[in-house]
Amino acid sequence: MSSAATAETTSPAADAAKSPLARLGSAFVNRLVIIVPYLWLLFFFLIPFVIVFKISLSTTAIAMPPYTPVLDFSGGISGFFGQLKQLGVDNYTWLTEDALYFNAYVTSLIIAAISTVLTLIVGYPIAYGMARAPATIRPTLLMLVILPFWTSFLIRVYAWIGILKPEGLLNQLLLATGVISQPLIILNTYTAIFIGIVYSYLPFMVLPLYSSLEKMDYSLIEAAKDLGCPPTSAFWKITFPLSLPGVIAGCLLVFIPAVGEFVIPDLLGGSQTLMIGKTLWNEFFANRDWPVSSAVAVILLLLLIVPIMLFQQAQARAQEQGR
Amino acid sequence: MIRKALWLSATSVFLALLTPAGHAEDRVVNVFNWSDYIDPTIIEDFTKKTGIKVVYDTFDSNEILETKLLAGGSGYDVVVPSGNFLARQIQAGVFQKLDKSKLPNLSNMWDTVSERTAKYDPGNEYSINYMWGTVGLGYNIKKVQAALGTDKIDSWDVFFNPDNLAKLKDCGVYVLDSPADIIPAALKYLGLDPNSTSPDEIAKAEEALLKVRPYIRKFHSSEYINALANGDICLAVGWSGDVFQARNRAVEAKQGVEIGYSVPKEGAQMWFDQMAIPADAPHVAEAHEFLNYMMTPEVIAKSSNAVLYANGNKASQQFVDKALLDDPAVYPDAATLEKLYTVQPYDPKTQRVITRTWTKIVTGQ
Repeated sequence: MSSAATAETTSPAADAAKSPLARLGSAFVNRLVIIVPYLWLLFFFLIPFVIVFKISLSTTAIAMPPYTPVLDFSGGISGFFGQLKQLGVDNYTWLTEDALYFNAYVTSLIIAAISTVLTLIVGYPIAYGMARAPATIRPTLLMLVILPFWTSFLIRVYAWIGILKPEGLLNQLLLATGVISQPLIILNTYTAIFIGIVYSYLPFMVLPLYSSLEKMDYSLIEAAKDLGCPPTSAFWKITFPLSLPGVIAGCLLVFIPAVGEFVIPDLLGGSQTLMIGKTLWNEFFANRDWPVSSAVAVILLLLLIVPIMLFQQAQARAQEQGR
Repeated sequence: MIRKALWLSATSVFLALLTPAGHAEDRVVNVFNWSDYIDPTIIEDFTKKTGIKVVYDTFDSNEILETKLLAGGSGYDVVVPSGNFLARQIQAGVFQKLDKSKLPNLSNMWDTVSERTAKYDPGNEYSINYMWGTVGLGYNIKKVQAALGTDKIDSWDVFFNPDNLAKLKDCGVYVLDSPADIIPAALKYLGLDPNSTSPDEIAKAEEALLKVRPYIRKFHSSEYINALANGDICLAVGWSGDVFQARNRAVEAKQGVEIGYSVPKEGAQMWFDQMAIPADAPHVAEAHEFLNYMMTPEVIAKSSNAVLYANGNKASQQFVDKALLDDPAVYPDAATLEKLYTVQPYDPKTQRVITRTWTKIVTGQ
């Protein structure tokens, strides 16, 4: 979102200086630049989504692929429409009949929300520290945040098993230093899931926060100080509101993938963890019910996309009012 | 520097595209098998002998394999599903019939096993047995002795009786995360048909499992190997060979952990992992050569000796380690064999009931 905002800001002064033809040419280039993300959306979001949506209206079959009808044009146009008639919404009504799906959605949303808040609490001071650090060491700090991406995500989550397990590194350290006398049971609990999500998604929170904090004009803080504003209220009145775009971008980047997270709860969580990712896995792999699993995925997408669109609308309105 | 590296790789990709003829001569077979399930030297020997390169890839659940096969175009030439999964996949048209004229080593196979695998694959037209085993109880002998006062487990009662399992809760109990293995065991313990598809009977199995659920630490299909070997847990409902691997790892670790395995006297499930060739396999001839090689008595015996599972190859038994062959938990005697049952694939409706039941047992919802 922040990148889209910066792309829009072209300097009008530079445009005015050009000849009309050049302006036309640059308008064309501008439009082309806008088309690229739309094409991207079309190929990597809309088309896959239509395929998934179509499967969610099909019925299961013992075949390759395991659902029917498989749309094809071999029977001509009429045959194609005949196939369309076999589609139905039974899979969606099925989702409402068993509380399992509702509970799984709610659990996932709660876990994602708590993890997002925790990530924000951990990430904000890091981003703030980075933004206020001397400009010479900022690239190094930025590098340190990105560096973990060079190791496979899966291996990093596995490493947490070694740290958190009852005879793992953390417990050994705490036992040796005498902080605890009994090993803590962290692995296979919700705590372990939160630790895993916060750790894995921290860079997605820190980077947008950093980019909005870095742009901030710190003379505002100095002005507040001069006028006798204590540092804490200066933070809440100036720094935090100005970093809000970064906070929102970071929270969305963490919250959205965390809702559908599968690997972290599977490896670090206990068997009792019921998240929508696991439910989807069960439908897809254990039941071989591609239609129902597709319906679960479509609902999940709606759950996420509706609040995001509402939020964007609100933000656009706020921007207009600001001007 | 980075740009130069990119250029180099782009050029090499381009060159690779230009020279397809040179690569077409290389003979390849793509094998997809369970993890920790072969002696790696077998693959090297096969390549040395035939010049066919083996691309060997592994999975750890039937579900993953099945989804790849059903989606089509997996690119694999040899895959190893378990019997009940194989049966359904044959129905879905996933496999091609074997060309038995290219498999002279079929004469080595063991009728005791072939008769049973024919339930999944009538006439054994599509598949060849690789390994087979049982679902039973793996346990830490000393810890079970301390908790229950006996060092010999021979009944499902240890697991399904809440009084017994409660005593083992603190030392740790793991169970396979596999409804098709555990629900039939619960039915068998209750004296019902392990292949029952009746929702009422499945509900009784659910009830029995929910009673012991509070004492189960985790449902997982591979972690119990290390957990048993390290002494982290004292009981696991698991696959025979995995428990033996845990036993060997415990012996190697010399931490004083002793692992036992028992085929419960009420009866246990017998399962079969079958080698088959997908219908859209790109290297059919090489796949047949590979299957035939795997039926060579010395070769398959070597694999059994490494992974500690029994195989379905009669002629190989003279090459199987004596200790393994004489272990009734691996190669059961006639009396034990009598009590073992096989599990048929579920129809989609029953499968849904089973999965739903399992979710309820595992998550409590």
